[in-house]
Amino acid sequence: MVPLAHILALSVILFGLGVAGFIVRRNIITIFMCIELMLNAVNLAFIGFSRYLGNLDGQVFVFFVIVVAAAEAAVGLAIIIAVQRNRESLSIDDLDSMKL
Amino acid sequence: MAALFYIFGALAILAALSVVLQRTPVYSALSLIVVLCSLAVVYLLLGAEFLAVIQVIVYAGAIMVLFVLVIMLLNAHREEPTDRSRVARILGAPLLAVFLGEVLYAVWQHFPPEQTPAAPAVNAGPRAIGELLFRNYVLPFEVTSILILVAVLGAVVLAKKQL
Repeated sequence: MVPLAHILALSVILFGLGVAGFIVRRNIITIFMCIELMLNAVNLAFIGFSRYLGNLDGQVFVFFVIVVAAAEAAVGLAIIIAVQRNRESLSIDDLDSMKL
Repeated sequence: MAALFYIFGALAILAALSVVLQRTPVYSALSLIVVLCSLAVVYLLLGAEFLAVIQVIVYAGAIMVLFVLVIMLLNAHREEPTDRSRVARILGAPLLAVFLGEVLYAVWQHFPPEQTPAAPAVNAGPRAIGELLFRNYVLPFEVTSILILVAVLGAVVLAKKQL
């Protein structure tokens, strides 16, 4: 059986990579994919705890996270399409009109 | 069993690195599919069969198809390197390493690998999950359906011609 610490370590590393990509990348679609990566890291932690505590509530939570991720992907990608149509650009360097 | 976890865990980390480091969005999307599939295998090893299948069908299937479709539709090509932040370039990687080290240290402090016993495996088939979902979590389930409805309407409104 895999120790819980190793499962959480995998989760933490994936989450950290997601955060790094979110900050480093300049393409709005890639940034969005990094958010999905972070959501998946959290799902893995939920399932690891669910296995180690021996109850299924964690898995139901993962189910809800997946549903919310699907809704988020649909709306987010629609926003990206609208942004591309209005600004003719996918780079977040061009989307700084709300910056001071 | 344990060996498979480490193999697919390593695969997930490598593919996640590739998601972050690729400059072309299509390559990132394909790497993300590898991450999702290897995580599905990890879920399977942790006894979450239902979620492993859902992960492949909904995540690696439906959501990633949406991503790839939008990438193709918008013709998202290689991103140009930015030269805005020199501080981020110098401090980024060390700060990430410190963050990861700190969290991993906390995990090892709270859940030492040798002293965290696992509960006996529970049956996590669709039936068990469904009973929990429709008995204890009925209200969140219904709220999710409203969320999906709002998301569908929102996507249609946003994708209209004039905004």
